[in-house]
Amino acid sequence: MTPNPYLWLVPILPLAGAAINGFFGRRSSKKAITAVALVFCGLAFFLALVIAAGFSSSSAPYYFNLAHWIRAGSFSVDFEFYLDQLSLVMLLVVTGVGFLIHIYSVGYMWDDDGYYRFMAYMNLFMFFMLTLVLAKNYLVMFIGWEGVGLASYLLIGFWFTKDSAAAAGKKAFIVNRIGDFGFLIALFLMIKHFGSLDFTHVFTAVQSLPTETAGVGILTAIGLLLMVGAAGKSAQIPLYVWLPDAMEGPTPVSALIHAATMVTAGVYMVARSSAIFDRAPTAMMVVAIIGTLTALFAATIGIAQTDIKKVLAYSTVSQLGYMFMACGVGAFSAGIFHLMTHAFFKGLLFLAAGSVIHGIGGEQDMRKMGGLRVYMPWTFMTMGIATLAITGIPPFAGFWSKDEILWRAFGASWVYWLIGVVTAFITSFYMFRLMYMTFGGEYRGAVAQKAMVHKADAHGHDDHGHDDHGHGEPHESPWVMLGPLVILAVLSVVGGFVGYGNRFEHFLAPVFQGAGAVAREGAREAGDSTIEYLLMAVSVSVAGLGWLLAYLLYSRLPQLPARIAASLGGLYRAVANKYYIDELYAVLFVKPLIEGSTTILWHDVDQGVIDASVNESAHAAREVSDSLRHMQSGNLRSYAGWVAAGGAVAIAYMVWMGVR
Amino acid sequence: MEIPLSCYLVLSGILFVCGVLGFLIKRNIITIFMSIELMLNGVNLSFVAFAAQWHALSGQVFVFFVMVVAAAEAAVGLAIIIAVYRTRETLNVDRVNLLKL
Amino acid sequence: MFHLILFLFFGAICVAGAVNLLVQSHPINSALSLIAVMASLAAEYLLLGAEFVAAVQVIVYAGAVMVLFVITIMLLNAGAEERTKGSRVAILIGVPGVTIGGVLVAWTLLYRSNTRAVPIGALKGDPSDIARLLFHQFLLPFEVTSVLILIAIMGAVVLASRPEAVARGPRKDG
Repeated sequence: MTPNPYLWLVPILPLAGAAINGFFGRRSSKKAITAVALVFCGLAFFLALVIAAGFSSSSAPYYFNLAHWIRAGSFSVDFEFYLDQLSLVMLLVVTGVGFLIHIYSVGYMWDDDGYYRFMAYMNLFMFFMLTLVLAKNYLVMFIGWEGVGLASYLLIGFWFTKDSAAAAGKKAFIVNRIGDFGFLIALFLMIKHFGSLDFTHVFTAVQSLPTETAGVGILTAIGLLLMVGAAGKSAQIPLYVWLPDAMEGPTPVSALIHAATMVTAGVYMVARSSAIFDRAPTAMMVVAIIGTLTALFAATIGIAQTDIKKVLAYSTVSQLGYMFMACGVGAFSAGIFHLMTHAFFKGLLFLAAGSVIHGIGGEQDMRKMGGLRVYMPWTFMTMGIATLAITGIPPFAGFWSKDEILWRAFGASWVYWLIGVVTAFITSFYMFRLMYMTFGGEYRGAVAQKAMVHKADAHGHDDHGHDDHGHGEPHESPWVMLGPLVILAVLSVVGGFVGYGNRFEHFLAPVFQGAGAVAREGAREAGDSTIEYLLMAVSVSVAGLGWLLAYLLYSRLPQLPARIAASLGGLYRAVANKYYIDELYAVLFVKPLIEGSTTILWHDVDQGVIDASVNESAHAAREVSDSLRHMQSGNLRSYAGWVAAGGAVAIAYMVWMGVR
Repeated sequence: MEIPLSCYLVLSGILFVCGVLGFLIKRNIITIFMSIELMLNGVNLSFVAFAAQWHALSGQVFVFFVMVVAAAEAAVGLAIIIAVYRTRETLNVDRVNLLKL
Repeated sequence: MFHLILFLFFGAICVAGAVNLLVQSHPINSALSLIAVMASLAAEYLLLGAEFVAAVQVIVYAGAVMVLFVITIMLLNAGAEERTKGSRVAILIGVPGVTIGGVLVAWTLLYRSNTRAVPIGALKGDPSDIARLLFHQFLLPFEVTSVLILIAIMGAVVLASRPEAVARGPRKDG
């Protein structure tokens, strides 16, 4: 391992930006705030590029020890940073996409009162995410893990005066916490069994252990608990419920945190722990099953959503399911590849959706959109590219990564592959549905324009002060917002060629060699390429079918969807209401917890025991002194009586001592 | 012609106990004072008795001092009683309870 | 024998006087019984050979202190005691306490002490011997006691005088 003294600068720069904007931003001009935020974030990106340029696989991995932290007997943890191929990929994605979204936010949030706060929070998020990605041990990663959860809470509830936003922020943080609990238990198990949290120590120790095939054992436990944490952070079943609600936050937040970076932290963590999962096949199977089921489940919900951001949210959950499926079958590099391309096209989708929302004055309901390709051509084109990418149509980026996953899943079990293909079909359907509803046909918002003024006020800050624009016309966004869209669109087109000819896998191979992944990938190379091309053809045609269905239902015969929905009745309603999962959780968990807290913990423990003991001890002191008060009667004879009695006691004692 | 010393000591004890009982039972402040004098007398007797046993004359000297101090204390105490009587108009010790909480 | 009879005789007077002090309701009666106690105590001292102490007892105690008591009783016109609500504590706790204490002390003295028998006139307390002790060994207490008496005199005068008499100062005549 070679030391690299610049590693610690990459997270610290955005932290400095956050601190400056946080403390001084209130009184600074918007230009100053923008400059600070963009400069520090840009510097981090520039530094990442420099590090990438100087990266050589022979001297990898790099590390840097910043400071001592914990020294407790034989257990020690330091603030150490680490860079290998996996971290490099994540670093470039996080800083690059993050920087683009910062630029976009300048335009999107310019008219908001809390502009300085937003920029400070975004920089803070970058700091934590980079800490997470560059950590050398699980504890520093956990700092980043918790920190991005915090930043997510702050940013989801950015418009905190809105009840739904504040509640959504709370929900995100709490559900995240449940996952973090699993993560923490896994860390404790690691400390107990390996005596360290450092990656190299733990993975070397793990590799000397046998594979646990029986499904029980310490590595399986650690793996499952890590998956619990990942499920919380990356919105998998059963902890995905916070992500759709997180759409209450501003759209750049959704793009950065809930599409490109934070939710991918779980995937990164699972990939990083590949050595552990390799030795615990049961845990890996659980990962794959959860990922696959989530992918299908979320995709079905996405069909019936009418809010443009909610569709994209469920799409994110579904795509994350693909990544976990990949990790679960041992194709860690395929999962990371999809993570990268997903960052590009999902980030682009969200930003473009933000551009659409911005352009029509805050409306998010797709039923009131339509025909916007005329008004917003650039947005239309970039969003179209992203849609083609996500549905897996060659030669766009999504095709390469998604296909890789499906091929590797087929190698593990045809069930995974089949579900993946069905999900791809549904994905293609709802994405093109989104496109047709938003950009196709005629603009349906013309009818509701009189209500737009009221809607803008009711939506609060979703509409940001378009007083000088004419409320009537939807309009294209300024170039500060379109620029990142274009860049991301280019990346969505060419980003897939990174993986051409298995270059990506070979690049990441040294990271996953402990996982025996190389062996499996080697086995793949010797396999049939005819089956591979056949499967590729299936997935492309499935994507095309989805497009066709969406075209039929939403462009050709627009009355048909409503009739189908009406005929399906209860089934449609269940899907549209997200299978009532939130309501189920409320009944199963939330309500009993609140009841228990109120009656038991508040009334019985806090008021009954703690308050009561304090009050009662004061009361007892009062009672004692009240009774002792009677000794001071002012009566001479009672004093004499007490003296005589005391004297008798003393005499008795002396006599007794003398007699003994 | 010898009697055991404990006779004198028992007599002294009886006088002392009577003094304390008088202090506890009586209500007139002057009578209480006289019980105090009784107590002191009982103690004096035991001093003299022990001086006789140990052949130490300092026991009798001590009695002398006790008497002197008792006289001084009686003078001052009675003066206080007179002062209290002037303000409270009563010699009943139960009425003089301004120190009650 | 003789010693015992005399002792018992004067001892009986002492105890009778003490009990009478408790029993009487008028303070003057209690004062007179106290005088009787003191006088018989002086006789007891003589039985033990303490001549000087016996004399001082009669002169100072019976002759001066008790006179002071009687004068005060007459000055304040103290009447018979009236029944007032006393202190329960004194009766309930004090009296049993002191009796128990007294019984214990008596028991100790009678059965556990290493006292010897004393003859009549055991220690002859000559005035000259006492004076020798007083002015040699006990000089400091002697002097301090005299100062104490002085203070007591001043205190008694101030306390007992009428308030306006003190405030006015000495009268300006002759």
